[in-house]
Amino acid sequence: MPDKLIVSTSPHILGCDLTPKVMWSVIGALIPAAIASVIIFGMPSVKIMAVAVFTCVACEALIQKLTGRAVTIHDGSAALTGLLLAFNLSSNVPFWIPLVGGIFAIALVKHAFGGLGANVFNPALAARAFLLASWPTHMTAFTRPFAADAVTSATPLMMFKEGKVGTLVEMGISYWDLFLGRRGGCLGEVCIIALVCGAAYLLWKRYIWWQTPFSFILTTGSLCWIFGARGYFQGDFLFSILSGGLILGAFFMATDYVTTPLAHTGQVFFGVGCGVLTFLIRKFGGYPEGVSYSILIMNAFVPLIDRYVKPKIYGTAKAVKG
Amino acid sequence: MKRLLHEFTKGITIENPTFGLILGLCPTLAVSTSLGNAIGMGAAATFVLVCSNTIVSSVRRIIPDRIRLPAFIVIIATFVTMCELIMKAYAPALDVSLGIFVPLIVVNCIIMARAEAFACKHGVGASILDGLGMGVGFTLGLCVIASVREILGAGSIAGKQLIPGFQPATVLILAPGALATLGLLIALSNLMKSKKSTCRACRKGGCG
Repeated sequence: MPDKLIVSTSPHILGCDLTPKVMWSVIGALIPAAIASVIIFGMPSVKIMAVAVFTCVACEALIQKLTGRAVTIHDGSAALTGLLLAFNLSSNVPFWIPLVGGIFAIALVKHAFGGLGANVFNPALAARAFLLASWPTHMTAFTRPFAADAVTSATPLMMFKEGKVGTLVEMGISYWDLFLGRRGGCLGEVCIIALVCGAAYLLWKRYIWWQTPFSFILTTGSLCWIFGARGYFQGDFLFSILSGGLILGAFFMATDYVTTPLAHTGQVFFGVGCGVLTFLIRKFGGYPEGVSYSILIMNAFVPLIDRYVKPKIYGTAKAVKG
Repeated sequence: MKRLLHEFTKGITIENPTFGLILGLCPTLAVSTSLGNAIGMGAAATFVLVCSNTIVSSVRRIIPDRIRLPAFIVIIATFVTMCELIMKAYAPALDVSLGIFVPLIVVNCIIMARAEAFACKHGVGASILDGLGMGVGFTLGLCVIASVREILGAGSIAGKQLIPGFQPATVLILAPGALATLGLLIALSNLMKSKKSTCRACRKGGCG
């Protein structure tokens, strides 16, 4: 491409942060969490991640070949979808769950809508929703960490939802356990410290912006604290942040370029909306965790947010109203 | 003769209610959970469609233009009530599984659309054939959707287990599965249509 004359509308500045570089950086930022999941859940974790990534990449290549488009599997976006999908699965799902999920994510959620940049919903999360609605028994059976045989255990939020236990002490875990990932849950969501390291790298490189994740996390945490199970302002702020998929969702899935608002103000609206929905699902919904659904629902509002919240054009007096 | 044959076949092919006209979507989405339901709903709608088309076209010169829609509704509702009572008497199991969607055939867009757009402008013979074609097209559309949903969503076809041990994707039996299946099948049908008509359209100079 560099030897061709590119005719396009402004801006004409071509940065060096092209899609492959950003995508591979995000994958790199997820590597600590991937390693942590292998340490915590063992070999099944490797198997699931491998199947999910391979399926997504192969499916993308196949579809692009069939539709006569340029094959862009080197840009890492399909691999990233696969990795995020694997992060959203429990460690004892059978191998065909990531396989079917990967095909659904790439073929239906991404390419049926026009491929990278044109999909309305986050492919990995939509695939998770599809799998959860289709095979709920496989998707909600979580393994106890560091167990040699697959002993199933509930996630902290599941125990919380059932209402049998109200405090961490009653669950037999500490904040430190939650922080390190010594709890039942999906592959990628458990080890908070690994996720935070990856997120910090992306924030430092400015591949993601703080607006969405921080508004998302603060909204969820505050609402869970204000409307606690045992009275107003009695909720557990830290527990609500650390116990579910909130960190993974807020930093790595609510910041997807394609399916979230462009302007920073819009990103705040997006984050707050996700936070409110997550709280509502956790508190009143049928599922113990609502991060994935809240992001999917807010994905549908992105065109609307982008329409009303436009960034101020440099040099003009006022932002152009849509 | 050829024209009459066309009145019959257009409902199955180019003007298929489900994939071409995109009409009657509520029953399509709601009862296409199994092949049995689809055939039952298709048969009931075809019966009502043929009867209402016959009556509407034969009384089309008597009905004053201003009250034609209420008149159509009365005619359609008569046949739907008959259909419902017959189904209750002879196929109670089907009646239970179709539920509210049998009386709702009254407001099925296909039947109203054919009365308004075709039967009140054409003769009885052509209207019967049009109703029959549309009914068969609707039934076939329902059956295609229902087969996909039942095979993948319940692992069976017409109630018979296909592969033992196969864990079906329950979501296809639920509402999102109905919408996704319908959308993909419409896309497929449009793809086939566009493949067929691209060259002709281009020669006319109308690719847009």
